[in-house]
Amino acid sequence: MIEGINNFILRNARVMDPYTGEDNVRDIGVMDGMLVDPECVLNPLTVDLENLVAAPGFIDMHVHLRQPGNTAAETIATGTMAAAAGGFTGIVPMPNTNPACDSASTIEYLRRHTAVDGVVRVYPCGCLTKGFAGEEMAPIGNLKTAGVMALSDDGRCVQNHDLMRHILEYAKSFELPVLDHCEDNSLKGSGVVHEGQLSMLLGMNGIPSLAEELMVARDVMLARLVGWKIHIQHVSAKESVELIRRARAAGIMVTAEATPHHIALTDEFIRKYDTNYKMNPPLRTEEDRQEVIRALADGTITVIATDHAPHTATSKMVEFDVAPFGIVGLETALPICLTELYHAGHLGLMQLISKFTVGPTDILGIGNHSLTAGNPADITIFDPEAEYVIDKNRFYTKSRNTPFHGMRVKGMVRGTMVCGRLVYDQLAERRVE
Amino acid sequence: MEVKWTRKDLLSLYDLSAEEIVFILDTAEEFKKVSERNVKKVPALRGKTVVNFFVEPSTRTRVSFELAEQRLSADIINVQASTSSLLKGETLLDTIKNLEALQVDLFVMRHAAPGAQNFIAQNTRCGIVNAGDGAHSHPTQALLDMFTIREKKGRIAGLKVTIVGDILHSRVARSNIWGLLKLGAEVTVVGPATLVPHEFESIGVRVTHNLKEAVRDADVVNVLRIQHERLNAAFFPSDAEYARFFGITPEVVATMKPDAIIMHPGPINRDVEISSLVADGPRSVILEQVTNGLAVRMAVLFLVAGCVKK
Repeated sequence: MIEGINNFILRNARVMDPYTGEDNVRDIGVMDGMLVDPECVLNPLTVDLENLVAAPGFIDMHVHLRQPGNTAAETIATGTMAAAAGGFTGIVPMPNTNPACDSASTIEYLRRHTAVDGVVRVYPCGCLTKGFAGEEMAPIGNLKTAGVMALSDDGRCVQNHDLMRHILEYAKSFELPVLDHCEDNSLKGSGVVHEGQLSMLLGMNGIPSLAEELMVARDVMLARLVGWKIHIQHVSAKESVELIRRARAAGIMVTAEATPHHIALTDEFIRKYDTNYKMNPPLRTEEDRQEVIRALADGTITVIATDHAPHTATSKMVEFDVAPFGIVGLETALPICLTELYHAGHLGLMQLISKFTVGPTDILGIGNHSLTAGNPADITIFDPEAEYVIDKNRFYTKSRNTPFHGMRVKGMVRGTMVCGRLVYDQLAERRVE
Repeated sequence: MEVKWTRKDLLSLYDLSAEEIVFILDTAEEFKKVSERNVKKVPALRGKTVVNFFVEPSTRTRVSFELAEQRLSADIINVQASTSSLLKGETLLDTIKNLEALQVDLFVMRHAAPGAQNFIAQNTRCGIVNAGDGAHSHPTQALLDMFTIREKKGRIAGLKVTIVGDILHSRVARSNIWGLLKLGAEVTVVGPATLVPHEFESIGVRVTHNLKEAVRDADVVNVLRIQHERLNAAFFPSDAEYARFFGITPEVVATMKPDAIIMHPGPINRDVEISSLVADGPRSVILEQVTNGLAVRMAVLFLVAGCVKK
């Protein structure tokens, strides 16, 4: 493990940079945390990245860090370390903490603790409504001043359309994107899995695709009316995809993300009554899964985000109906997506990288974050061909709630550099003395 | 008797083969004779401890199981949600593990959450007999229904069985559907579209919303209870309207085949899903179902107890 701030020459890297379109084997110079011409690096550590891909740092714009409020499941320290191990140099933690990120003071708490415990960059996100209760607008201007990059009531969806319209208008004045967890509460009811053939045969309470689709339609119409950005979180249903596709074709400012689990899994797994397959939105059908993949390929969905949702083993070792929704995802996202999207032939490697880079940075307004000299040295290094079996006992996250344990994948994160610091380092044998 | 049973749990008829189902029914025939004797008791489960673990209220099923256990000479513990530590915040699995530590052998378990018994069965060495889990499964009810059909009709294969009412929320319907299909019956489900999901067509069940058409050719009409406790939203306007369009009245019975039998898992909402005249009439086998339930539960307890490891 290489600790602290060093200068580096990363030799023979396959640089794949969707910001510039570069796909080229070359050396990368890192000095004082910045990308520089390799010729100019003083006292470098040299690492040979032959056959490895070096990409601009990945951003996961949908993560739950659970701090403050539920540090038994995750902390800023463990969650950001898990992010680093997953190849992410930046994350957006959702504001549904306890207390919620609905005030400048909670955002300041988050910033203060991430400055000390954070391993990767943390871009704060504020609530849409006070206590994410869906009733009163959160102090959006104050949140912006405190440093939030986006707004969301993730985990819940504002049901009152008039309030949502005003939130979007107000957010527009402060140039903050609105991220929405699209779900109609009355249609969701007490549902725990996708409503479909399997839920009917198994007698489980279903969440119909319509619960998502209806709110996606609402959001598309609001985005058109207000002329501001809405980002649809964790799209799961094929009908939602089609609404987003048509809206984008019409020039409406709507973007969308897909999660690795909706890319890789279907509701077929609910037969096991394993609560590691319980998430919201639920795993849907093979048809839905294929449509989400198609949307990633045709550019309708521009972001892959994990919805990393740690829960303690105790809270998940219960009856399916009782268990909380959600799974951890930071440390499995890239290998799962390389396996299911790149190696399966649905997306090119550059296209896949853009879902973790250009997609999120465009929405969040982080801007150009390419691997060009003068930018901060935020780099994700991975081996697209290495095969291994996912082992949840090796995770850095505090929780173990994953359905991917034991799955064979092709693609492995080898290093994560944030501002010149190698915060995740599986490159020891590649050091050149 | 050749041993054809290898399971420590009975969770759902979906899991069973036709041979296993027939084996249970054959075993139940033997046990039915026990209750017809002067001394209604055999030592089959002597020295075994059975926990009746009911996390959802039940009278009929619990009493039927308890009597079955007594007639098999088992030691019995009754645990109900209102008296259990679940109310004190202990998890279901911890409660089960504590009882397991007392060296019990079997759990007869009812729970409101579908799959709760599957979850517990994966995490205990004890045997689990599902006495109903949400809308998922109620295997002994379906087995006693099939036992009664076989007794009355001499067979199950090729019979036309129509299930009437709230299929959506019914574990009885789901268990009957799997069991009957495996044994070769033709199954029709009928009721308003709010309660009869078309998804059952995918497994070969006929779905219709026309009661008279659905019962006309049926050999067996199984009438489900309107479960007011599960109907938490508007699925039909009123009991009166339900009774008018989907209730089994003497007028409906008059359109049925003369030898068709009428079943109901109980408890009955008289004059809602079934008229009193029909429930108490000559076609009704409702009380025979109750009698047979005892034999079927004795058979199930006997078989699974034989597969529980120490």
